[in-house]
Amino acid sequence: MDIGWYLTASALIFTIGAGGVLTRRSPLVILLCLELMLNAANLALIAFARMHGNAEGQIFAVIVMVVAACEVTVGLGVIVAMHRRRLPIDVDELRELQG
Amino acid sequence: MAEVLFFLAAIGAVVGAIGVVAVRNPFYSVLALVSHLLCLAALFLLLNAEFVAAAQVVVYAGAVMVLYVFVVAYVGGQDEPLGPRAGSGLRGAAVLFGGALFVELCIATLGSGLKLIDSRGTPIGRGFGAPEQIGELLLTKFLLPFEVASFLLLIAAVGAVVLARRRGGLSAGEEQARYSAMDLLRPASTGTMAESVGSRRPALTKATTPPAEDS
Repeated sequence: MDIGWYLTASALIFTIGAGGVLTRRSPLVILLCLELMLNAANLALIAFARMHGNAEGQIFAVIVMVVAACEVTVGLGVIVAMHRRRLPIDVDELRELQG
Repeated sequence: MAEVLFFLAAIGAVVGAIGVVAVRNPFYSVLALVSHLLCLAALFLLLNAEFVAAAQVVVYAGAVMVLYVFVVAYVGGQDEPLGPRAGSGLRGAAVLFGGALFVELCIATLGSGLKLIDSRGTPIGRGFGAPEQIGELLLTKFLLPFEVASFLLLIAAVGAVVLARRRGGLSAGEEQARYSAMDLLRPASTGTMAESVGSRRPALTKATTPPAEDS
């Protein structure tokens, strides 16, 4: 397959993720949509790595996966803390950052 | 053969992504993301990135998704009203923005004039994307990002524990369990913070003080 097809699929997945971040209200689903966007970026990185025949893009993808795991850990910790404090799990009602 | 596999995996990935966004229950969103990640791993395999595909399946579709499932089960994956509140006009704006973003991304990547974009890539050797090559690159050329990533993981783990810990007041049962063991072993007034505040329980201080008075 041509590399362009992979890039098109990556752009489509990124677009779906961005639309989800904009429309959904639950922070859990927003984190999932962030994962979608990061994975689309990973796909583009690996497609470009294949295009150039150079594995350094794959290292980049691995580092992106590490950062995504960190972001998920901290984000889920925040959601658990919100649940403990009986705050609504809804980004529209959480306009303030004070406890 | 590769074309058929590509279209199968790409359609699966896109359908999984749509499922993440469009399904009402967060639990099913997580399951849709798992299928999306598996299809994406197949795409990585088609791009000769074996190590990244394996890491994707093991780390993402395995560990991270288990974490998600646990948190959804803990928080309670209640059905939420899908999308923004009625009349806000955000949904139309989101669709518009998404379409514009897709067109822009396609222009940015496909219209970049790169010569190899309409080819199958440069010819590669046998060990391309194998664990040997990735490991060698990570430990020679990219040693600093590798170490920084390990520190980042450590910081994230500590931060998640700090964020999600129980704050402010224990429930009654836990308080008793916490006071019982150490207070009987330790003589009274050893200068703990609980004593200086005066929050130590009267029954326990009475129980521990007599040996101190006898001596």
